[in-house]
Amino acid sequence: MKIQLKDITMRFDHTTAVDHLNVTIEEGKLVSLLGPSGCGKSTTLYMLAGLYRPSEGELYFGERLVNKIEPENREIGMVFQNYALYPHLTVLKNIMFPLKMAKVPKKEAEARAKEMAALVQIDHLLDRKPSQLSGGQQQRVAIARALVKKPKLLLLDEPLSNLDARLRLEMREEIRRIQQEVGITTIFVTHDQEEAMSISDHVLLMKDGRMQQYSAPQDMYDYPKNKFVAQFLGNPPINIFPAKLSDDLQTIVLQDTRETLQLEAPISDPAAMNGDYELGIRPEDFYIETDSVKAGLKVETIRVERIGRDNLLNAKLGQINLRAIISPDVKINKGDMITLGIRPGRARLFDSSSGHNLLH
Amino acid sequence: MQKEALSKGFIYLLLILGSILMLLPFVWMISTSLKLPNEVMIMPPKWIPSDIQWSNYIEAWFSAPFAIYSVNSVIVLISSTIGELITTILAAYAFSRINFYGRELIFSVLLGTMMVPGEVLLIPNFVTLSNLGWIDHYQALIVPWLASIFSIFLLRQFFFSIPKELSFAAKIDGCSDFRFLWSVMVPLAKPALITIAILKAIGSWNAFLWPLIVTSSEEMRTLPVGLISFSTDAGTRYELLMAASSMIILPMIILFIVLQKYIIEGVARAGIKG
Repeated sequence: MKIQLKDITMRFDHTTAVDHLNVTIEEGKLVSLLGPSGCGKSTTLYMLAGLYRPSEGELYFGERLVNKIEPENREIGMVFQNYALYPHLTVLKNIMFPLKMAKVPKKEAEARAKEMAALVQIDHLLDRKPSQLSGGQQQRVAIARALVKKPKLLLLDEPLSNLDARLRLEMREEIRRIQQEVGITTIFVTHDQEEAMSISDHVLLMKDGRMQQYSAPQDMYDYPKNKFVAQFLGNPPINIFPAKLSDDLQTIVLQDTRETLQLEAPISDPAAMNGDYELGIRPEDFYIETDSVKAGLKVETIRVERIGRDNLLNAKLGQINLRAIISPDVKINKGDMITLGIRPGRARLFDSSSGHNLLH
Repeated sequence: MQKEALSKGFIYLLLILGSILMLLPFVWMISTSLKLPNEVMIMPPKWIPSDIQWSNYIEAWFSAPFAIYSVNSVIVLISSTIGELITTILAAYAFSRINFYGRELIFSVLLGTMMVPGEVLLIPNFVTLSNLGWIDHYQALIVPWLASIFSIFLLRQFFFSIPKELSFAAKIDGCSDFRFLWSVMVPLAKPALITIAILKAIGSWNAFLWPLIVTSSEEMRTLPVGLISFSTDAGTRYELLMAASSMIILPMIILFIVLQKYIIEGVARAGIKG
């Protein structure tokens, strides 16, 4: 089912939780709602579920306007962060519950519940109570219960945040597998960027109730629309340096050290010349430049940490600390002055006041 | 290790002393119920009767229409307990899950009424009931006790501990508020409901003053009221009174022993004293 949000706004008393959200979600896709806590992502999900009613805007499921449709008539399934299983019912009864409410004959309901249990691989636990299951198993029951009515939209509210790290990885893949097997349009709320990046077809990044960017995960990482998006994605986070643009609209001058950097092409807008900018470079886009003739940033080494495959270099450019991921075979000691090159096309330039990315 | 044993010993000592204190009246009641009339008041008191009089029990049972009283007590107990459970469940759900204007204020006012001593309400309630023409009818014994603020408070606290997501999930599953209350909340609140039912049953079974005031005919009296037939102008037959009392409290003691696990669990989980 294709989902459309048109100017969706949600106000609680005096705060605006979601501010004029315009998004179209294509059928069969898995979309993550990503953002820091309080950004409105869960509120958006609750509006899609029909548990909250939007203050403004229109919500379309397919061609149908659903603003005033009750949750049970929206053809949706939902999984909650705490799973919200009925504690007094067995696994089978939990999965059958939505069918019982829909007055499906008992025999058919049982058959469908069992089929769903097999899909999420809990068919050996049907007689247990939820309290006798592990977190991952409870999660599977919750997914089965959400899918048993064959909904057209599956909503997941931070479904993995109560699981430990390893189980989280496993369930993440499971959710993707089940979603693709059923082919259901799915919306997944998370505050974990890695989770969103790995599982989704598209990511919708929000902040303070506003959409920041809506695109495929890799595009969002490579071409962030603004500084917030660039900073929210990536670990270790992107390095930011205050900068100016010189008269040719192609040379960036770092404010602190007066070092310069050439862009591949000049900025098209001539008015850009007088603004304040911020240069953003991801840690993995640095490399150590050994050729002293070539351009690069001169930095002073503070510390080198070995983290798994790579070395993480902590260094100082003037007064600003930066982090770079470098190859482990280069020997660097504390206090060494080195030159860091930037991979071509990997620098981002943000407008200081608006945060917009000027290069993409 | 030694310190632990010492503190454990101290706790047990306290508990034993406490239970002796609680049990003494019962022991005295049973002892008196088996005595000859001349042994009841002698000094120093005698704990073990010199001649055990089982016949006191038979005499007590037949000295007043206790069969009728029992039936009345059972009718009042069952109908007021079931009635109170229903009103409590509905009210606790409304006060915990439904958002309506003035909810907290109304609930505070209700809680405030708990401060009013029951005796103050005797006369207004009596006047109301007599205007309704209910005096000396079952309604008078049952209807004023169909709701209890304390029970509502207890159950409301319990309902608050049930996560909100459960009702959201039920809503999406197509379950109405009413159905959710009966098929999810009520089964989950079983320990609290059993506590409420037992407290109610004990209260109803032991109620004396109200049934005494609102009933005048033999056919309407309940067991505790029947006990006054042992006090006459000629004096009180304590051995018979105690024999009848022992018989009357027996069902409650059995009920308590059978269900004590739930009582303690229910009160402890709601986090308040009963």
